[in-house]
Amino acid sequence: MANSTPVKTKPAAVAAQPASMMAVIAPAVGWLIPGAGHIIQKRWIRGALLLLSIGSLFVLGLMMQGHIYKANGGDILDILGFIGDLGAGGMYILTLALNGGQGAIAFAIADYGTKFMIVAGLLNFIAVADAYHIAIGKKP
Amino acid sequence: MTIQLTHFSAAFVFALFASVVFGITHRDTTREMVRYGLYCFAMFLGGALVAGWAMWLVRR
Repeated sequence: MANSTPVKTKPAAVAAQPASMMAVIAPAVGWLIPGAGHIIQKRWIRGALLLLSIGSLFVLGLMMQGHIYKANGGDILDILGFIGDLGAGGMYILTLALNGGQGAIAFAIADYGTKFMIVAGLLNFIAVADAYHIAIGKKP
Repeated sequence: MTIQLTHFSAAFVFALFASVVFGITHRDTTREMVRYGLYCFAMFLGGALVAGWAMWLVRR
């Protein structure tokens, strides 16, 4: 009588899936190069569109003389801006290396450029999460 | 190299690219992606236009 209660097992849908190498590589590559996480999983068109969209937003932001934030740990808004910019991955690192994104406060459109680059980074975070979901089989 | 966009063209470009990313990442099938992307684009641009006219009315 000790083992009369049935043992509950997890449904197949929520059972832990084995972690594949792609679940690590795709988000990492997708962060460095927007859309690359999709491209290495043979989602060519999606990857190309993501690269075009996120890349264009970031480059347009630079061309509008937007300001790029650095990890200075100062003002809370600067930190949030840095987190957003960081999402752009390789483009952010390259811009810092080339000393770009100094920003121009002389005209208002430069502020739009700053926001374009932050949004490009945030959109890339979403694209990275999407690449991960494809890698683990949660999304077709 | 610098570029000067008008307020509307900046809003248009932003809405276009953000909608593409939203469409791809938030839906599963191609048809749903296109529909959701168009919906987001319309909401972004329509929202900007409505907000612009609302501010014009408030200013008067």
